[in-house]
Amino acid sequence: MNFLYAAYAATWAIHIGYLITVARRYARLKREIDDMSRKDS
Amino acid sequence: MKKVFPILALLTAIFLSYALYDALIVAPREQTMGDVQRIFYYHVPSAWTAFLLFFLNFLASLQYLVRRNPGTDKVANWLLITIAALSCVAAAVIGFVPSLKSALPESIQLSSIATTGPIIAGFYFLVRRLFSLEGVDALAVTTAEVGVVFCTVVLVTGPLWARPVWGIWWTWDVRLTSTLVLWLIYVSYLVLRRFSSSGQTPVLAAALAVFGALDVPLVYFSIWIFRTQHPQPVIGGGGSIDPRMLHVLLINWLAFLCFAGLVCWSRYRLELLKRQVEETQALEALLEPRSAVR
Repeated sequence: MNFLYAAYAATWAIHIGYLITVARRYARLKREIDDMSRKDS
Repeated sequence: MKKVFPILALLTAIFLSYALYDALIVAPREQTMGDVQRIFYYHVPSAWTAFLLFFLNFLASLQYLVRRNPGTDKVANWLLITIAALSCVAAAVIGFVPSLKSALPESIQLSSIATTGPIIAGFYFLVRRLFSLEGVDALAVTTAEVGVVFCTVVLVTGPLWARPVWGIWWTWDVRLTSTLVLWLIYVSYLVLRRFSSSGQTPVLAAALAVFGALDVPLVYFSIWIFRTQHPQPVIGGGGSIDPRMLHVLLINWLAFLCFAGLVCWSRYRLELLKRQVEETQALEALLEPRSAVR
């Protein structure tokens, strides 16, 4: 049973970890866009 | 689009929760392996999803290479149409010639021979219609990245199943080794895209992806071709499965497909946005020295 829970937990840890990296890249890009628009104005 | 995404994300979350409930509660307990067999409901759908994403990566990379030259593009289109037609003709010929039919392995159905070519061609022309040249390159990066995530799940859940069932975490079996090689190929693809700043990077990466994709059929058919410790496939192979288990397996695959689709959509938008920002920054960098001179 422990192996089953470990496998399911690992699966979601991998997916959530990846989603966090995508969200962080989005946030960084948004900061860059804000900086660029501030420079323009 | 901004309004649709959260709704689809919520529906997918509900669907994934239902699939998890099915896998843990509804699916019958396997008699010899016990509850640890339920890892199968995450392991197999993740593998199928990874294969599908790598297949899309292959099509996108191939299109990136051929669409840059109109002559090659035309040849590739006709080649795909020929493959689709040959696949149907081959199935018909095998069906009418008993000696050829008997020589065919039991696990390979005539219907799968007849449909493989048209499916490949169908996906190819669908990708061609939906994505521009820049779009197919972004699609290739997206599918490779999300495919690596799903392939990582396969490589992690596999040993967690093998330890209690086989008594070992890992064995250098053809199926397992070819899957590890597949993962390494696509990780190297992502490393190339991440760290190479050359203008030729998309072309080199596309060529790597086209050759790397050759490992996908090797992984898939390895259990038929080689003697292996890995269990036989439950669909279209030597293995068999309880219909209730098959239902849960397909529900989980569908849920993971929806999840992969949403993640790909999100990652694809990020890739396009990143390219737009990089282009704007490059333009600004070009214009800045001139304004400084003035």
